[in-house]
Amino acid sequence: MEFVVVSKLVPDLVEDLEVNAEGTALDRQFMKLVLNEFDEHALEEALLLKETYGGRVTVVAPDAEGVDEVLYTALAKGADRAVKVTGLGEGLSSRGLAGAFADLLPSLGFDLILTGVQAADDLDGQVGMLLAGALDLPHVGVVTGVELVLERRTARVRKEYAGGVLAEFEVQLPAVLGIQAARQPPRYAPVSKVRQAMKEGKIEEVEGRVPPTVGVTVQRMFKPEAASRAQMLEGTPQEVARQILAILEERGLLR
Amino acid sequence: MPKPGIDKVEKIFEKDVAVLEGMDISGHWNRMFEQRVVWNYDTEVLERITGLPGGESLGWCYQCGKCVPVCPVDMVGDYGPRKIFRKVQLGIDLFRDPDLWLCTTCMNCLRVCPKEVNMIEIMPAVREVAVQDGNVPPELQKVFENTFKYGNPMGESPRKRAEWVKDAGVPVTILPASPRPVDVLWYVGSYPSYHPRGKDAARAMARVFYALGVDYGILGHEEKEDGDSIRLAGEKGLFEMLAESNIRTFQKYTFNRIVVTGPHEYNAFKNLYPRYGGTYDVLHYTQFLAPMIPQIRARFVRELPYVVTFHDPCYLGRHNGEYDAPRELLQAIPGVRLVEMPRCRENGYCCGGGGGGMWLDGFSRDFTRERLSDRRVREAVEVGADVLAVCCPYEVSRFEDAVKATGNDGKLLVRDIIELLDEAMGSPRVR
Repeated sequence: MEFVVVSKLVPDLVEDLEVNAEGTALDRQFMKLVLNEFDEHALEEALLLKETYGGRVTVVAPDAEGVDEVLYTALAKGADRAVKVTGLGEGLSSRGLAGAFADLLPSLGFDLILTGVQAADDLDGQVGMLLAGALDLPHVGVVTGVELVLERRTARVRKEYAGGVLAEFEVQLPAVLGIQAARQPPRYAPVSKVRQAMKEGKIEEVEGRVPPTVGVTVQRMFKPEAASRAQMLEGTPQEVARQILAILEERGLLR
Repeated sequence: MPKPGIDKVEKIFEKDVAVLEGMDISGHWNRMFEQRVVWNYDTEVLERITGLPGGESLGWCYQCGKCVPVCPVDMVGDYGPRKIFRKVQLGIDLFRDPDLWLCTTCMNCLRVCPKEVNMIEIMPAVREVAVQDGNVPPELQKVFENTFKYGNPMGESPRKRAEWVKDAGVPVTILPASPRPVDVLWYVGSYPSYHPRGKDAARAMARVFYALGVDYGILGHEEKEDGDSIRLAGEKGLFEMLAESNIRTFQKYTFNRIVVTGPHEYNAFKNLYPRYGGTYDVLHYTQFLAPMIPQIRARFVRELPYVVTFHDPCYLGRHNGEYDAPRELLQAIPGVRLVEMPRCRENGYCCGGGGGGMWLDGFSRDFTRERLSDRRVREAVEVGADVLAVCCPYEVSRFEDAVKATGNDGKLLVRDIIELLDEAMGSPRVR
């Protein structure tokens, strides 16, 4: 079984995000990048599948600052191959990214492609679907659990719906899955194993190609404008309590 | 693999007629059993542990029990160093047992152990294997990941490590921004850099250093977690990475000595970094300031009419033998009356934060009746203190939580010694 995890890095919210001078994108100067959290779950699910059914896990990510650390961490967790896709540039749209992956993945080989259901940077949730479309494969999104039915070459997957309803699908392989959450929290990669992976330096580099795509452009990016502000009450607890009471009475919230 | 068990008694000795000193004692009361033979304990786990570098001494335990009354965790739960040996001997898998994460490496058991069973080496060695196998309590895993990514356990922005400086009210030399040779490299530490109450101590330190004319600088965003507690919690690889990184950073600057805010970094820099090529003249800040008491006295402008008790940090006291410098500083403050808790100095009670305990409060809760810090705060209240003085950055937040949790809010203040010095030198009292 060839499991391929399609991933990307997103801005790390540990640093304050600033909009660039043009007001069209995030300022990347002091931005730190981390693996998209949903992709971390896709990797965990792939590793669990490999442990159950055997096979190989390949992790693919576009080149970005910090991608080596992310890929070595994936190798330390048990991935077999790590592929860095160069030349895709920054801030690629979901369509561009899906196109680049669709172009690359046939050369890597796959039985099941897993990707995070969405990414925190664009909240598009489209890469999995567009990739499935481009490769003419079935797709299930918002998946929270995967098992394989080897004799039928299918995957049985659980999908989450709103309102706490779950559905089970059986999908023909190869397929693309958008992972919402792995069956268990992403495992820990001991630093000694990460450093060992760094020493071995097994990251493969391939030149990516973005097929011509139509798309959307960001016209304006801006921070939310405050409509109203919180009012801070000051004074002793008794005074504050009296003020709260007055406000509640004034707004007709007391009966 | 035979199942653990014991042989039934094989032989019974009972004399038909027994006469002792002329008295006939025949009957079942002269019955004796042949000594029972323990024949098939599963020693695999014990051998696996004693086979680890650092794990050897577990096999030396002869169950005397001297550790029982001194282990801080034994007092609040079922865990105990003596029990660890017995349980392992009986076949529990320490590599997967909750007991593995309860030891705070406070070293009080080793202090009294006639066989030198060294939990400070055993626990990290076994934890290291558990970490490699992925058996890490989730809250600790998060701390490891944060420290790996950001260089601090709380997952804060490395760029903001020196942000506390803005509100210090005195100039602070941040060496990466303005490099120059300094007498003292002050390693601030993660909690003083980021924790709100830790920052209070950092600012107090900056003001005291300024008042005393100390020639010093800090490393700002280049400083990373020292890693000592990370190592004791079992992530040796991460510790080594941090040590190498900090040593590389230290090499970039010219200084005579390192002064640290916390006992854990003191232990790391003094006792472990030399193994990785970094040998320094390291002082805990209380050791740095104690010889300057005459100059400090000249700066005092205010009496602090407090009854103060002092909590010995395990890694300054027991681990490194410094009990006097903090007390000298406290006694120099005009108005302060120092009272000791029954468990002090060599027998000081652990706050629960060492050896990874700082990041395992949620985990430990299921296995302990109360937090170690709660118990310690009660001891401070019992001796009539109105200030619990500390000099480890883990402790201010731990004990302040404990003051609230034990219903002693308003009765006991928790202050770093540096905050008390700063207050006596005229800075407004914290909060």
